[in-house]
Amino acid sequence: MSAVKDIFQSVKDLWSLFVGLRVTGKYFMQPTLTVHYPRETVDEDVEQTYGGHVELVPKPKNPLKPKCIGCMMCVTNCPSGCLTVVKAKAPKPTPEEEQAMKEAEARGEKVKKPKAPKEPAKFMYDYSLCSLCGTCIENCPVGSLRYSNNIYFVGTSRKEFKLDLLQRLQRQAENTAKAAPEASEPEQAAETAKSEA
Amino acid sequence: MTRYPDPKQVGGDFYSRNFAKNARPDTLILNLGPQHPSTHGVLRVLLELDGEYILRAEPVFGYLHRMHEKMGETKAWGQFMPNMGRVDYGHPLSWNWAYCGAVEKLAGIEVPERAEVIRVITHEMNRLTSHLLWWGAYILDLGAFTPIMYAFDDREHLLDLLQRPTASRLTYSYFRFGGVSKDLDEKFVEGTKAFIARFRQRLPMYKDLVTDNIILRKRVEDIGIIDQDMVTRYGATGPVARGAGLAYDLRVSEPFGVYDRFDFKVPTQTTCCSMGRYLVRMEEMEQSCRIIEQALEQLPGAEGPHLVKGAPKPQAKMPAGEAYFAVEGGRGKVGVYVVSDGSKIPYRVKLRAPGFSNLSCFAEACQGMLLADAVAVLGSLDLIIPEIDR
Repeated sequence: MSAVKDIFQSVKDLWSLFVGLRVTGKYFMQPTLTVHYPRETVDEDVEQTYGGHVELVPKPKNPLKPKCIGCMMCVTNCPSGCLTVVKAKAPKPTPEEEQAMKEAEARGEKVKKPKAPKEPAKFMYDYSLCSLCGTCIENCPVGSLRYSNNIYFVGTSRKEFKLDLLQRLQRQAENTAKAAPEASEPEQAAETAKSEA
Repeated sequence: MTRYPDPKQVGGDFYSRNFAKNARPDTLILNLGPQHPSTHGVLRVLLELDGEYILRAEPVFGYLHRMHEKMGETKAWGQFMPNMGRVDYGHPLSWNWAYCGAVEKLAGIEVPERAEVIRVITHEMNRLTSHLLWWGAYILDLGAFTPIMYAFDDREHLLDLLQRPTASRLTYSYFRFGGVSKDLDEKFVEGTKAFIARFRQRLPMYKDLVTDNIILRKRVEDIGIIDQDMVTRYGATGPVARGAGLAYDLRVSEPFGVYDRFDFKVPTQTTCCSMGRYLVRMEEMEQSCRIIEQALEQLPGAEGPHLVKGAPKPQAKMPAGEAYFAVEGGRGKVGVYVVSDGSKIPYRVKLRAPGFSNLSCFAEACQGMLLADAVAVLGSLDLIIPEIDR
């Protein structure tokens, strides 16, 4: 009885190899699923939801300027210290204005000194240190940061991952203006700037 | 009889010299790793061989030590979160959850119902990616190349879905104290439903191609016996414990989050061998699908936002005290123990990695085994070296 069982088992075992071959054969006949990167690109949907390096969000009315108010929340909360923000300084008063201010001070009046604009003068970002945790994005009070969908970002040296985000924003705005001259409305330009990598 | 090569002449490091002290003079001492592809990273195992048979083994680790626990003592509570995604690249969301849960327990932060359901969905999807990665890599270790392609095809679908809320594809930093960082959108829900339907059809194919295959069965059955006695002695958890017939699953035995709401089975096998652990993981994938389906049904009814109102900022101070929270990861019990002295920086963060205990079983389990089988046993433990070294 057990001999019959053994033979039956051996046949079953042997058959399992053919079952496996049938599976691989079936999939061999189907179209390729992998993306051959330089010749093909990933689906638009995947690219749009991809969380690449951090980028600045432009003001809705002025795509050249970021929403950033220079509050430094991103810098203090970043776990890896990859952001460097320098606040804009107050504009230097002209000699005539300075003279007028001194005179007013001498008269004992309250002097209104020029205030620093609420914007960054410099916004440097070191992608090589970033761990893409999104802490800066969540803690920005004005929503001036977001993940870019720059999925094909490559570089050959560490230097290339040190990004000037203000420059990048301006470059994006210029590219958008070039690509869509009919989009004269700034809000529309800001919309399209988002889709620009 | 002098040993050839004489360790005194050859040199070697502390571990190999120490290991050679107790070696028989007529045996060979061999380093398996740290660059061996089947050790998945940088695990090194010292083996004493008599011919092709292993007499003794000793895992040597620490090659990937990144001081995660020490880093926890230098960063603010919330700033330590990205580290949790990098302890274990296989199942990072379980570490996310363990750390978040410990801090929530410490500070008494309430998690909204919706956030809890989202956590379950993403956590189980991450378990699927973890098991698919293991499945592909394990079969690859055993010499079959094709299955990893099929596994990664499915895994890629999951990663595409998971990148929507988490914005990452591998090392997630998604959970926050009191919820998750982003809500799930409609496309995610639809995509996940479609994926589960697709994955249900793929699982029988996996069974036909690999599980039933006689070559695999002959290769992994009855090797690497880790029985209940060993499991309890070494503190092994997860599929290693369940492969020994111990139905220990934190999702059922100490339900965390909202796991007590779901109806699923804890798969166990009593064979205690590599095949047992393999079958447990295959069955777990089906059970994960069931949990995700039920959680997706509950998602619209779950109340609350995805993040509790007034969730602590990354630099927030936590009350003094201590808390321990454990979740069921893809590899076993993932535990995080935090101690706070009331400042904004943790006093101590202790991470309990399941892989460490699971690997400890290996030295005993592989005694008297063939060298080629050792690779099959190592793979069946589903080791993630970054997690073991931390």
